[in-house]
Amino acid sequence: MNKTQPQKIQRQPSKKSILLEFLGSMNLAISILVVLAVASIIGTVLQQNQPYNDYIIKFGPFWHDVFSSIGLYDVYSAIWFLLLLGFLVLSTSVCIYRNTPVMLREMQQFRLHAKAKSLKSMKHTSEWRVASTQTTAAHLIQKAKLYMGQYGFQLRDEVFDDHHTLVAKKGGINRLGYILTHVGIVVICIGGLIDGNLSLKVKEWLGEVKIETRDILANEVPAISRLKPDDSLSFRGSITLPEGSSSNFVFLNVRDGYLVQELPFAIELKNFRVEHYESGQPKSFESDLLIHDKEYGNDFEAMISVNHPLIYRGYAIYQASFGDGGSQLELMVRPLFSSEELKPKKIKAVVKKSASITTSNGQYVLEFDDFRKFNIFPNTDKSVNKRFVNYGASIVFKARDESGQAREYVNYMSPIKLEGRYFYLTGMRETVNEDFKYLHIPVDANATMERFFKFHAILNDDKRVLQMAQATVGGGIRDADKNNLALQQQVTQAMVRLVKLFRQGGYIAIDKDIQAKVPKEKQQGIAKAYMGVLQTALQNMYLLVLREEGIDISKGISDAESVFFEDAVSALAGLGYYGTPFYLQLVDFEQRESSGLQIARAPGKNIVYLGCLLLIIGVFMMFYIAQQRFWIMVVKAEGGTALDVIFAGSTNRNEFGFNKRYQNFAQQLKALLSDNE
Amino acid sequence: MNENILPQQFQAQNWLKQLTIMDWLFAVAMLAGSVYAYSQYAAYMDEYEVGILFASAVALIGLGWGWKPSRTLFVAVAVLSLFAISLYNPAMQALAAKGITGQAAIDILTNDKQQSKFFLKFLISSQSATMWMSALFFMATVAYFIELFGRSSFAGKVASAMVWSAVTMGLVGLMVRWYESYLVGSDIGHIPVSNLYEVFILFAIITALIYLYYEMRYETRAMGGFVLLVISASVCFLLWYHFEKGASEIKPLVPALQSYWMKIHVPANFVGYGGFALASMVGVAFLIKERALRHNPAGLMATRLPATDILDDVMYKSIALGFAFFTIATVLGAMWAAEAWGGYWSWDPKETWALIVWLNYAAWLHMRFTKGWRGTPMAWWAVIGLFVTTFAFLGVNMFLAGLHSYGEL
Ligand code: HEM
Repeated sequence: MNKTQPQKIQRQPSKKSILLEFLGSMNLAISILVVLAVASIIGTVLQQNQPYNDYIIKFGPFWHDVFSSIGLYDVYSAIWFLLLLGFLVLSTSVCIYRNTPVMLREMQQFRLHAKAKSLKSMKHTSEWRVASTQTTAAHLIQKAKLYMGQYGFQLRDEVFDDHHTLVAKKGGINRLGYILTHVGIVVICIGGLIDGNLSLKVKEWLGEVKIETRDILANEVPAISRLKPDDSLSFRGSITLPEGSSSNFVFLNVRDGYLVQELPFAIELKNFRVEHYESGQPKSFESDLLIHDKEYGNDFEAMISVNHPLIYRGYAIYQASFGDGGSQLELMVRPLFSSEELKPKKIKAVVKKSASITTSNGQYVLEFDDFRKFNIFPNTDKSVNKRFVNYGASIVFKARDESGQAREYVNYMSPIKLEGRYFYLTGMRETVNEDFKYLHIPVDANATMERFFKFHAILNDDKRVLQMAQATVGGGIRDADKNNLALQQQVTQAMVRLVKLFRQGGYIAIDKDIQAKVPKEKQQGIAKAYMGVLQTALQNMYLLVLREEGIDISKGISDAESVFFEDAVSALAGLGYYGTPFYLQLVDFEQRESSGLQIARAPGKNIVYLGCLLLIIGVFMMFYIAQQRFWIMVVKAEGGTALDVIFAGSTNRNEFGFNKRYQNFAQQLKALLSDNE
Repeated sequence: MNENILPQQFQAQNWLKQLTIMDWLFAVAMLAGSVYAYSQYAAYMDEYEVGILFASAVALIGLGWGWKPSRTLFVAVAVLSLFAISLYNPAMQALAAKGITGQAAIDILTNDKQQSKFFLKFLISSQSATMWMSALFFMATVAYFIELFGRSSFAGKVASAMVWSAVTMGLVGLMVRWYESYLVGSDIGHIPVSNLYEVFILFAIITALIYLYYEMRYETRAMGGFVLLVISASVCFLLWYHFEKGASEIKPLVPALQSYWMKIHVPANFVGYGGFALASMVGVAFLIKERALRHNPAGLMATRLPATDILDDVMYKSIALGFAFFTIATVLGAMWAAEAWGGYWSWDPKETWALIVWLNYAAWLHMRFTKGWRGTPMAWWAVIGLFVTTFAFLGVNMFLAGLHSYGEL
């Protein structure tokens, strides 16, 4: 026999329960919530998934390596971030596991066994005495039951030795709300995890899949960077389809590279449409697609637009963007400087491709970036009652010289009205951060740039410049100097030199020349003289152009023609800074658009939505359905025959509203339960 | 006495029986209004939008029945908006006959020296109504502080009336703006919750409405000045945005925003923001009261501000309301994103900040319910919460790039 006293069992908490305690602790949960929030901030402050070169420029190579190795460029799929999420799920699950039995019990419990003492110590409590000659405890409870029953409470009563208790209970569903909310969170995370495509990460980690970083054609991408349709449970990729083309794969952007994800069907873009508002903003993008599905023997058409995707075989196909799909361009190359060959020639080009041009300055590579059919701007012309004007078609291209330096140009196809006159606009910039600087080429009476280029051709023809200078000097010289050949020659040469300077660098070149060669005090006088000479030369060349056009200038020239002269001279003065030795005139085009599609498969989506539903229902149940309990206890008063009624109430929400209700009930019950009838 | 029947005075009233004739008239008016709207504008709605229209009517009836003063508000907004529309219609037709349409015609009717319509120019065009709203909110702020410091209950009554009027004018402004957007161009028309300018009006209105509800529930106006401060701040921003940036111009919608989701996602979000903003200002009041009680218990603040547990309760309730609606809004946003961007969650900065805000308040709620934290730390947390919320609301648009296309400053 064991003589020792039965020992109080001090059970050591098991390892498992310590672990559960830790995982389910509120401190851990709140810490995770806060850490997750902070980690999420990083991802919003540091732009994610940019080209790695941009990061290197921004942070330098050292920090770039640090940042990329801890996954800061793709925070939300970094291992540590996923682990954090995993912990949240685990912690929430443990919480549910531990609390659910308690909560379910609490939902059902009436707490009939509450003692008088504990009822009297509640926040909402009151007590009154009823003379028992008139009634019995059972009778009072019966009345209270009737009364409370009207308000939709669940009722339960029990007779004890010395008292009779009634409990009215409501809103147990509040506790169910707790369960739904937290189960909702777990369900959402599970759905998210499915769509997070962990299997791809694992494969990448095992080396079965490698990211492609080279800029190569999709069909040249090696098998290790390709995913078969069944390889990915979920993905989100994109593809740009020019009109008339089709594709059975999409690109998945992964960090600084991509993977090719094959689809079990092909998508063909038949037609793409953009509709515009009056202001030129896009109003809608629509793609007419043709789906070719050999596997299912299905060929069908579908239209998608923004906010209206096509869902097919669990793949959702979205309209994401649009662009040029290789419009055909017909261009006129108009040389600007090569004095030997000023004849324009036609070339063909395709947008998104490049072409090259050989000039006397070397070879230029032209990269055609974009074509736009419309350019709509707010109307500044007061004489027309329109809010917006359409400047017509334009091209954007870069011209790269042999040293690799590129400038960007935007050229408009049709003349644009500015200050009452029409000009062909061409803009140039050296870096993308600048605004375009525009050259305004005036139009002639036929709305073409022929006259301008004729003028330009004479200006650039050394022989004709010399002839013009000789004729001008010969005709304008004073009789006394007629025989001074040396002087004549000197003036002629000066004129020719000025014209050459002007065509190289406009007024600025002449100014520089003066600054370099003329003593300071004489500069102003010389400048004035030079301008006079230049002006005369330009005017005479312009008259040559007009004469060649067959215009009668004997009675002077018209206003329009003199305005043209001013505009043409300004444009010519700017040509020296234009950058390329040619001007590309857009003559004709055949537009071909492309549609940017995004294709996603997210089998976890419905799970996530289910979780969201549970979460929302749960949250509302928790906040807006208060658990309420009222106790009505009838006790035989000590030593007497009277009955004491204790009325107490408790809630877990909205004490303020509950108190009003309690007071109301207390007042009515007091009247009801001491009613003398 | 019959054992099973309670005497008359103890019998509970069926809630349906508690509805008055006015409640029923109100319900009929709301339903009739939505049927009328349907008959007039069905062509502009898809089936979801029709659903939203009738669901809103039901929601308004519920709100009106549960909170009686709101019935007057809704009726007043409807009457004033219809009045504005009735002024616009013939006048626009007359101008169209002269070849003037769209924004130009609206400008004439609301601004022109000779040809403008008096009521449109000075009262109920969307511009004027919004200006009235702004002015009334400013005046109400002052009036609430007069009531607080001057112990003038008259000033308090005036302040409440001003907030009600401001909300009315704000809602009229939005309603009329909605109509005006269709006058600008039938393809341009859209519900005015599509850009930062419009949602700032919405924010002021919703925050004020939630406040008015608590003012009535707790029968105190002492929190009014504090709450109106944050509303006034948003009105200041609104005015700056309007006058400096011309943000009030009605612009067409980019394709991504052309969706019925916008009609539910944005308002739900702003109930969330409104609740959080309100909680933070009540938090400020709490901190002042708590400090006053410690340092100067007989002073003005200690005696005039509501009891700390009332402030605490209001703070909790508005955070709970905000959290519940913010949850809905975020879920709706995810569903919309799934339709427009091809994924329900892209970790776009705006989305991510919504999550941060949400996690923040989830942590707040847990501290209160599982750790039983009350009072000062929770009040500070609620105040800090406003900064987090403001960043999610405004800062993201200003500083971070992303997919959310509306509301670049
Ligand atoms: C993102 C994750 C979570 C969210 C959004 C969330 C949400 C909520 C909400 C909204 C409440 C209601 C607060 C209230 O009563 O007003 C709540 C209560 C609660 N949560 Fe969570 N929760 C999360 C994670 C957790 C975790 C991980 C735990 C376990 C440690 C937990 C334990 C609890 C408990 C014990 C309550 C109190 C229930 C009560 O007695 O009323 N929650 N939660």
